[in-house]
Amino acid sequence: MMNQPSPRKFWRWFDPRYRQIGTWAFILNRITAIGLTVYLVLHLYMLSKLVQGPEAYDAFIALAKTPVILFGELLVIAAGLIHGLNGIRVGFNSFGFGLQRQRETFIVLMIIALAGTVYFAVHMFGWA
Amino acid sequence: MKPTTWTITLSISRQSGGAPRHFQEFTLEVNPDEYVLDAVERVWAFHDRSLNYRHACHHSTCGACGMVVNGVEKLTCITPIREVTRDRGTLRIEPLRNFPVQSDLVVDMSAFYQNMEASKLNSVSPVEKADLPIDHPTPAAPAVDAERLVDCIECGLCVSVCPAAATSDSYVGPAALAGAHQQFQATGEISLLDWADHQDGLWRCHSAYECTAVCPSNVNPAWRIMNLRRHVVSQRIRSLFGAKEPRP
Repeated sequence: MMNQPSPRKFWRWFDPRYRQIGTWAFILNRITAIGLTVYLVLHLYMLSKLVQGPEAYDAFIALAKTPVILFGELLVIAAGLIHGLNGIRVGFNSFGFGLQRQRETFIVLMIIALAGTVYFAVHMFGWA
Repeated sequence: MKPTTWTITLSISRQSGGAPRHFQEFTLEVNPDEYVLDAVERVWAFHDRSLNYRHACHHSTCGACGMVVNGVEKLTCITPIREVTRDRGTLRIEPLRNFPVQSDLVVDMSAFYQNMEASKLNSVSPVEKADLPIDHPTPAAPAVDAERLVDCIECGLCVSVCPAAATSDSYVGPAALAGAHQQFQATGEISLLDWADHQDGLWRCHSAYECTAVCPSNVNPAWRIMNLRRHVVSQRIRSLFGAKEPRP
């Protein structure tokens, strides 16, 4: 029957309709985890350029300094901040600490993540 | 004063005999201060006697009438129509999620009840043990020994809304874990920690807190699950040093 639990219903993890802020935190943690995992693979690929000699590595570094790639790196920083800060919240909540204020904690931590992302953006794109 | 009348459309999920699900619409005139269950019953009484749904007490004690109303899990006997739609609006009524549909709005809750039974939740508890410690500080010396029904009415809304329950049919679910916590608080029985401490128990919860958001009965399953984790970890650490009993 269609209504039963199934691993194929994982897409429901990413459906925020009619849900509370806790689900937004749940979704953000999963999306940022996927993003960070993909970045880790790309990072290892980039490091593999080292074995191809200085020319290959320098060419890759030149590419990494383009605005599109810089923006991608900013997303990685944002994902790291969101996932890390939210992870601290979940860690504390998981053992009963601060659970009654989990919504407020999430909002404050996401404001910190946003501020951190803006700080890095200003410095990465030379707006300072 | 003449009572207000709203015209609303009920779009009700129909499914039986393994046939694909479809939605059937019924237009009704209602008093917006009536409850969603009243409207569903009127559909059954005056429009379609083949509609299957569950209900019993009509005052949020039996937990039978849980449904998904406009995308949100609701105990329909205490959900005023005014709260979930507007005049000329629509009520989309679906069965609870994460339970097999038997027919229309009726779901098979047998696995849910088995988990509740396994949690050993006693339906009656001393008042100071039945209350949520975070909401109702226990009086230092209760004047009388009083008992009351525990809060969980076994409606299943928490399981329906839980994202972890959507993908794992072996997850025991928020209600049963909250029941185990309630019973652990009342008895201190270590076997309840053992029962909950596994990957399809306490550790399957991924902290979306939706169970607490939809609970119509102030059980606060999310808090109970997290607090039970604390007890489990504390007990495991203490057992490393030879302690066999939980800290009181």
